[in-house]
Amino acid sequence: MAKKKTEQKKWPEKWHELNPGCMVFAAGNAANYKTGSWKSQHPVWDNSKCIKCGICYIFCPEGCIQETQDGFYEANLDYCKGCGICAHECWPGAIVMREEEE
Amino acid sequence: MGKRVGMEVAIAAAEAVALCNIDVAAVYPITPQSHIAEHMADIIHDGRIDAEFITVESEHSAISALAGASAAGARAYTATSSQGLMLMHEILPIVSAMRLPVCMANANRAVSGPLNIWNDHTDIMPQRDSGWICLFTENGQEAIDLSIMSFKIAEDPEVMLPCVVNIDGFQLTHMIEPLEFPSQAEVAKFLPPRKPFAQLHPDNPISMGCFAMPDTYAETVKAKEEALRGSKKVVTRVFAEWAKRFGRKYNVVETYRAKDADTLMLTMGSMGETAATAVDEMRKAGRKVGLVKLRLWRPFPVEEIKAAVAGCKTLIVMDRAISTGGAGGPVATDVKSILYGEKKRPRILNVIAGLGGRDLTVGDFVNMFDLAKKKKDEPFEFYGVRE
Ligand code: SF4
Ligand code: SF4
Repeated sequence: MAKKKTEQKKWPEKWHELNPGCMVFAAGNAANYKTGSWKSQHPVWDNSKCIKCGICYIFCPEGCIQETQDGFYEANLDYCKGCGICAHECWPGAIVMREEEE
Repeated sequence: MGKRVGMEVAIAAAEAVALCNIDVAAVYPITPQSHIAEHMADIIHDGRIDAEFITVESEHSAISALAGASAAGARAYTATSSQGLMLMHEILPIVSAMRLPVCMANANRAVSGPLNIWNDHTDIMPQRDSGWICLFTENGQEAIDLSIMSFKIAEDPEVMLPCVVNIDGFQLTHMIEPLEFPSQAEVAKFLPPRKPFAQLHPDNPISMGCFAMPDTYAETVKAKEEALRGSKKVVTRVFAEWAKRFGRKYNVVETYRAKDADTLMLTMGSMGETAATAVDEMRKAGRKVGLVKLRLWRPFPVEEIKAAVAGCKTLIVMDRAISTGGAGGPVATDVKSILYGEKKRPRILNVIAGLGGRDLTVGDFVNMFDLAKKKKDEPFEFYGVRE
């Protein structure tokens, strides 16, 4: 019953090059779709205030905050939507939201 | 011609679908569609066909369940009416955007309020822009034929879009008519099992119904629009194949005694038959009147309508619904807009009539033809409303 593998095209494309119904035939490729383009603000870390509690990492609804080698945290801005939840939850105040233009 | 049986049209619609090798039905009962729901449940419960009947808790669930079933590759069917269709509204454009060939019967009924269970087209009109192929039937035989054809149209690899067959509530659903069914073998030949373009299956994960941002959404809308417009070609092709196999001819726009008519009336659904009788009577009295019947509502058959009304002086467009606060009935506003650019176009009268089950008799149609002769033009007018 399983459908033969249909070729996955790049994304996004011209209207007539889209797969019918925008189906996506390759599993696990959501990472290729950079969803961070529409944010108006982005988080900026001040690691001198960071106590490495990981709260920002846990609360980020996009799952785009990663732990760095030295135990601090940073956001992958390709997927960050600028919601500011990390900055709101960071109780030592190590994260501030900055306008995209800045 | 095969053997005819006397049968209620709603029951016949379910019997027609039973010939179509469906895999899943999810039908929530609502007047005047209930006999389709009940009979479909009977057919599956009695083991007459090998299909699942999902006893959903609402129409919203019915169409949602079928979106899933269709995505998994099933041939899926539902039927509804009025408030039930309104409850499906949220999911309808998703089904078409996902290019899922779900098929549905809609037993046309007035939308509340006030609560009214009788026929008009106010239920399908708010769904007009949902991206479904939208067919109208005029009698019981057409309900059978178009129900079967709808699967073939919807599943065509060039189409892959859902399709709704409109059957006027009570006016058609509850009539007992002499009807002819194709045999199971004939339908199997006409309608082979569905070959889905893609399907959800654990062995080969794919994503359907994905997210699209401003950089992509407009392209998806254009793609769906082109697919829906392109489906007219396939509708015509399937109609032609049906005529060849079963002898009954269908066109996206039908005309009746229209050739030399100076006044034409455009109808949709069951009122076409009554209007045809009125045309016959008036022709006997020497009046040059004729009929244009819209079978395909979406995609809107622009060229065919233009061709059908070319040459007439006056066109009466009947609407069994109104775009409240708008330019008139939905059929008339579309007809007017496609004729706007024509050098020669008829004077157009839009008559809103037959709402909430108000009967339209042969005499009413004769009256409407007469009104068109006398009255000065209004953007639209109600017929038969007590002043
Ligand atoms: S702004 Fe929102 S999306 Fe971006 S890193 Fe912070 S929590 Fe995550
Ligand atoms: S929430 Fe604030 S303090 Fe905690 S790890 Fe994140 S940035 Fe550091």
